[in-house]
Amino acid sequence: MAGIYIHIPFCKQACSYCNFHFSTTAKHREEIVAAMLKEIEHRADFFNGEAIKSIYLGGGTPSILNQAELSSIFKQLESHFNLNDLKEVTLEANPDDLSKEKLRELKELPINRLSIGIQSFHQKDLDFMNRAHSAEEGIATVKRALDMGFEKLSLDLIFGIPTSTTADWEANLRQIFSLDFDHLSAYALTLEEGTLFHHQVKSGKAKEIEDREVAEQYNLLQDYIKNESWEQYELSNYCRNEQYAIHNTAYWMNEKYLGIGPAAHSYDGAKRRWNLANNHLYYKHIHEGKQYYETEQLSEIDRYHELLISRLRTKWGIPKTFLEETFSSNILEHFTNKLSKLSEYFEEKDDRYQIKRAFWFTSDNLLEQLMVDS
Amino acid sequence: MEEIRNFCIIAHIDHGKSTLADRLLEKTQTISLRELQAQTLDDMDLERERGITIKSHAIQMNYQLNGKDYVLNLIDTPGHVDFSYEVSRSIAACEGALLIVDAAQGIQAQTISNLYLALEHDLEIIPVLNKIDLPSAMPEEVKDQIVDLIGCDRDDILEASGKTGQGVEEILEAIVDRVPHPEGDPDAPLQALIFDSVFDSYRGIHAYFKIENGQIRKGEKVKFVNTGKQYDADEIGVLRLKKEPRNVIKTGDVGYIISGIKTAKEVKVGDTLTSFERPCAEAIQGFENVKPMVFAGIYPVDTDEYEELRECMEKLQLNDASLTFEPESSAALGFGFRCGFLGMLHMEIIQERLEREFNMTVITTVPNVSYKAYLVKNPDEAILINNPSELPESTILDRVEEPFIKAQIITKSDYVGAVMNLCIEKRGELENQVYLTTDRVELTFKIPLAEIVFDFYDRLKTISRGYASFDYHPIGYVESKLVKMDILLNGDQVDALSALIHKDKAFDLGKRICIKLKELLPRQQFDIAIQAAVGAKIIARETVKALRKDVTAKCYGGDISRKRKLLEKQKEGKKRMRQIGSVEVPQNAFLAVLKLDD
Repeated sequence: MAGIYIHIPFCKQACSYCNFHFSTTAKHREEIVAAMLKEIEHRADFFNGEAIKSIYLGGGTPSILNQAELSSIFKQLESHFNLNDLKEVTLEANPDDLSKEKLRELKELPINRLSIGIQSFHQKDLDFMNRAHSAEEGIATVKRALDMGFEKLSLDLIFGIPTSTTADWEANLRQIFSLDFDHLSAYALTLEEGTLFHHQVKSGKAKEIEDREVAEQYNLLQDYIKNESWEQYELSNYCRNEQYAIHNTAYWMNEKYLGIGPAAHSYDGAKRRWNLANNHLYYKHIHEGKQYYETEQLSEIDRYHELLISRLRTKWGIPKTFLEETFSSNILEHFTNKLSKLSEYFEEKDDRYQIKRAFWFTSDNLLEQLMVDS
Repeated sequence: MEEIRNFCIIAHIDHGKSTLADRLLEKTQTISLRELQAQTLDDMDLERERGITIKSHAIQMNYQLNGKDYVLNLIDTPGHVDFSYEVSRSIAACEGALLIVDAAQGIQAQTISNLYLALEHDLEIIPVLNKIDLPSAMPEEVKDQIVDLIGCDRDDILEASGKTGQGVEEILEAIVDRVPHPEGDPDAPLQALIFDSVFDSYRGIHAYFKIENGQIRKGEKVKFVNTGKQYDADEIGVLRLKKEPRNVIKTGDVGYIISGIKTAKEVKVGDTLTSFERPCAEAIQGFENVKPMVFAGIYPVDTDEYEELRECMEKLQLNDASLTFEPESSAALGFGFRCGFLGMLHMEIIQERLEREFNMTVITTVPNVSYKAYLVKNPDEAILINNPSELPESTILDRVEEPFIKAQIITKSDYVGAVMNLCIEKRGELENQVYLTTDRVELTFKIPLAEIVFDFYDRLKTISRGYASFDYHPIGYVESKLVKMDILLNGDQVDALSALIHKDKAFDLGKRICIKLKELLPRQQFDIAIQAAVGAKIIARETVKALRKDVTAKCYGGDISRKRKLLEKQKEGKKRMRQIGSVEVPQNAFLAVLKLDD
């Protein structure tokens, strides 16, 4: 289940909540794309010929790249990796980029899934978050993408926005479930350091909404999916017709993945590795043959902790046999010990451990309690 | 003997005692400029940082005046109320005292109480107006205060500045001219006053003494009168910047003795040192066994570090005889020690020394004073209660007594009302009110010591905007209506938070503690009920609502390390928490009671 992630580190403008790596200038775009092509070549042996199941272009804003640039990336991937069994090729896009013309171009590439950052259908929310598209564009874009033959659509929504009430959120949910799509990612707005939102909160210009209200909005979404025959398969991810995101699911399922581009992360089953989160340094180091990444060898405890935080919030949970095969008796003993003290929050079903759904939205401290003391 | 002058310095914290002392050392060439670290006499790091002298020291200077050589012994005194007994012993070793008063701040309570001690011992007082160079100095006004206070001649007051060195020569001259030389019988049996001791990990205890009568010779057999212990005077000498060994120390002089004493407990400040062969007829008056006034539990943060903590406490006790400790256990905190301190500052010092010198992180519980309980079946025999959990059941209890103190507060007249209100709220009774000058008032209260332990200093500081100084002496036990208040978290009693308090204050205090705990306890998966109870009766209740949202952002582009590290860091931060039943309690909650107004 190998996957490749391509990080496109450019955006038209900065969303006020986002702390991912991006640059709002297109300066050195050519050099950076060229460096990424070079990185793909460098890392051709990463999978040892194993067939790639998914490719994900994320960002930043991948839809900012033109046809020629995107095409050169795909060509390079084809010539260095085994793409014979490719199931899912996703491109992240913002509604304002997806003109008819752009969609037609994308259709000519191997892309079979679009992840569209709708975030909200309310103009006040979009303005507050400094999104580049309007409320109307959101709906129109989804319809246009469907018309152009993109059958697999994933839409992103954000809840807990300071400018929105629970009633506004409910209007968003009504709107989105009236559209014809199969995959939804819904995230609670998170205050991240180094963002405009963080600055606004610190200087008193904006206020986070109360946890109680955020939880209310989260719960409202759970009510909706029940009625709409959707399922929540991960804390923030929902689908119908079993349209699970293959690429993202691989992250949670401990699969190998290769990350290309500034700030991209890779995982080979034993080590994590991440590229420099700086566009200039990234291409400079690649062109000059200097090291452009850091690596971390995972200890058993690291792997145990990562398993907890990635798998327990999914509908698949952790299979008992997987635990027993993967970890030493010390870790197993620690896990069962802790679990017995927290039994009211966990369940054991079909030989799998899982957090009870009612506690998914307050699960961080449960995960913490299962961790090993440093 | 005629050439010896023994003197101490009486000053309030920050009035420039240490800087002025440095100038004296410099002027008499006891110490070269190069050697002069700022505030030479305070050699513990902690002291230097806090600007206060915790352990007293002594130093000898040579000084020539009008062609005659003099030996000046400066005996440094600790500068805080917690150490008033040690101050009294240092004073007893002197014939004169420099009374140093900050020319900008005027006389403070601390200065007055030490001054009274000095006057009781008939010391010659040399008033010195320090920091005369400050733009805010009010020399005339402060001189008025001094004249009023000690009845001296206005012209007897010296003006000085430790910073510029102004007036230092005059001070030295005045010491020689005005302070009487010690008197004593050189032929009498040895009788020396122990006024301090310090610990040296290689050679054991160095005891500092002043010889009242007779003399001491190197190698002779000596005896401590109050402890009854005997030692050989392996090394004796005088205290220059470094210790200088001598073969004999004579009547009236100050020196040190090293005699293989291993722990500070064996040497009691105030004890009398005499010759084993030819002992003196009686001990020097004024000896007391110093008793701890404030008690608190000290527990290792990491329960595995109990034995290590014991070792650290033992090492601390080697050089701090006033620290007492005995093992105790708490359901909430595990194994630790119930420690006795001279006062709140002493407690803080011990806690900080544990952290700095021994790298131990500890949880300190709510401090309490020592109560006396009397049982119905035996109403004349007092049982000492140093821990709230030791209080007998009310059914078998006849009565409880608590220690009272006489507190002196000097403040500006603007704040008298506020200070009085605070003291009355703290069950204090006003005994005396004296206007030192038109805008400086000395208030004397009788007040339970326990009330000083609970958020008193901070509030006094706040209401007087820092313009209040405080001093106290214990005055004995008084019967009191005390109850034990327990704190419960989701029904589980937290023994470390129990406190003995006055019955009339239980409701108010219970409510405030519950509110404070509500702020300090992190939200968990469930509601947490915080209750204050007296006996079976719940007197206050607050609730910490359950968590509603506790999720971090998505692991973007496979960046799982970030989330892992975030949660690991959070977990690390909670490591110091203690589990009470199902509730996690952070360390600072155990001292919540002390900081109710923060």
